[in-house]
Amino acid sequence: MTAVDLRVAQRPNAPLTTYRYDEYDAAFVRERVAEFREQVRRRLSGALTEEEFRPFRLMNGLYLQLHAYMLRVAIPYGTLTARQMRRLADIADKWDKGYGHFTTRQNLQYNWPKLVDTPDILEALADVEMHAIQTSGNCIRNVTADHFAGVAPDEIEDPRPTAEFLRQWSSLHPEFSFLPRKFKIAVTGAEHDRAAIMVHDIGLRIVRNAAGETGYQVVVGGGLGRSPFVGKVVGDFVPRHDLLAFLEAIMRVYNRFGRRDNKYKARIKILVHEKGIDDIRADVEAEFAAMDRSVFAHDPEEFERVAGFFAPPPYETLPRDSQMLRAAKLETPAFANFADVNVSAHKIPGYAIVTVSLKPIGGVPGDATSDQMRVLADASERFGFGELRVSHEQNIILPHVKQDDLFALWLMLDAAGLATANAGLVSDIIACPGMDYCSLATARSIPIAQAISKRFADMSRQRRIGKLGIKISGCINACGHHHVGAIGILGLEKKGQESYQITLGGDPTFSASIGEILGPGVTSEQVPDVIEHLVDFYLAEREEGEAFIDTWRRIGHARFKDALRREGEDGADI
Amino acid sequence: MANFKHPQILIASNLTDGEVVFLGASGWERDHRRARVALNAEEAAALEASGKRDISANRVVDVYLADVEIGGDGAPTPMHYRERMRVKGPSVRLDLGKQAASGGAP
Repeated sequence: MTAVDLRVAQRPNAPLTTYRYDEYDAAFVRERVAEFREQVRRRLSGALTEEEFRPFRLMNGLYLQLHAYMLRVAIPYGTLTARQMRRLADIADKWDKGYGHFTTRQNLQYNWPKLVDTPDILEALADVEMHAIQTSGNCIRNVTADHFAGVAPDEIEDPRPTAEFLRQWSSLHPEFSFLPRKFKIAVTGAEHDRAAIMVHDIGLRIVRNAAGETGYQVVVGGGLGRSPFVGKVVGDFVPRHDLLAFLEAIMRVYNRFGRRDNKYKARIKILVHEKGIDDIRADVEAEFAAMDRSVFAHDPEEFERVAGFFAPPPYETLPRDSQMLRAAKLETPAFANFADVNVSAHKIPGYAIVTVSLKPIGGVPGDATSDQMRVLADASERFGFGELRVSHEQNIILPHVKQDDLFALWLMLDAAGLATANAGLVSDIIACPGMDYCSLATARSIPIAQAISKRFADMSRQRRIGKLGIKISGCINACGHHHVGAIGILGLEKKGQESYQITLGGDPTFSASIGEILGPGVTSEQVPDVIEHLVDFYLAEREEGEAFIDTWRRIGHARFKDALRREGEDGADI
Repeated sequence: MANFKHPQILIASNLTDGEVVFLGASGWERDHRRARVALNAEEAAALEASGKRDISANRVVDVYLADVEIGGDGAPTPMHYRERMRVKGPSVRLDLGKQAASGGAP
């Protein structure tokens, strides 16, 4: 079926561009909530020990962190409706502390839920077709995608139907619920990678072959964490009708050969690294050839049905450029800066993609208050067909805004503290929760991000610096993606103190690279100084049009190291 | 036991809400200043035994001993910054929770 499913239109407050649960989906999620409610009851009664209960709570996204439980809510491929965003806000108010944290995997985390309240929270999520299943554990996690999906001018195909197919395939997959380790998949359909597919366990890039057929380049074995690797191509062109079977074959090879004796060597990236991509490819192809592929055969009708949920909204026919936008920019310089930095080109004339930064100067990266969530929901309904996206950079995207409406939207965002014009700039920092919340962390991340952000508070200076990705992790698990930051910062413990190791040259896109260590760790107080010196050196060295990573690649790591050492010798206390 | 070097307190997470608790003279306390302090290995073992009983009784989870220093007021302060963080709450969002009162610094 190619038309939009009527069930979508009949529901209140439902954009036309989002997958909607069918009866099976809805019943399944409700059953899981009821099951978890009973598991919590048994835990509180003592019928289950913590050891017995832990796998159940993790399967439902509930962790025990440094100060409290933490609930990680899945946001499939980062797509949210206004109704869902409002429900996230309501949950934050009713059962948490009035805010939530958007993560680098396009999820949302609540930092303060009580165990006793969690079944009610999951029930409230189920009301709006959301859940927390497979946001933890050694299973296939939430499938992520390009946050500009469906609207990017450089897109071959919207990756969300594929991501939704993978979500359905991987949810409670009986063979892959107890993998050697967690497993993350990302999908993009664009020429520019905004989904960091090269550093996922499996990265999918939608491509076309010489015959014009759509298929997938399949990358495997990428990952960050303790041992970072850029993924390698295991399938150059996998036709759509073979995709699920091909992925099934990869998962079977991983499930069979992935190490279970050492959790630090259990990710598929280690298997790919140790066996080599040629051996892995041979294993996958052998499994693919031997398996019964009929159960994974592509169903074009079902794909069309799913794709129908992501049909374009009813855009108006508009001129390519808006006179209203041009006039507003001339009249209001602050808005002009926002429009220049946070607004991206849209594939439909007269429309724009807006990045709402969750990185105010000195703020907590990725955090939004419940009031801000409601403003975002309202803004999406008023200006963008009721749809929002979460980016892996921890920002919110409004994917369908008329250029004529950008000024009114900006006014609305500005009043809510959501108009920071820093998307992609030096203060648009990715940071994990770090030791402020996370029980695995070895150091804090958020205060480092805040200090750097304040150091570069001058927005005109930020614009002069240009695109620069700083990414901060509070431990070697690398949830803050520090390995692929043009400047990466890793928080460690050194002699009982927080210490920060800095790397340069990371890149999360198709030209992916892992950052190189700059030198010995520095203290938290020194980090902003070091970053500022690196940025100043880059500004002095860059050539026309070069981003930080380009200059670093051209002149080399050693020059940056030398520059920093000289600054230290000059008494900069580094 | 042979490794006992510093006074210790017993830290855990409350089962129902997950918040940090400290074993005090008459049960689990939210305020670390009310924690019982073990001054030798035998006292530390007694704290641990109490903790194990309360794990079995489904009151707490994730129980462990943490080294502390004793301040002039007699109150224990964890020696490691991780446990200081647990005592004071996050060092961010100082408008909320126990960090609003403590300042949240590790």
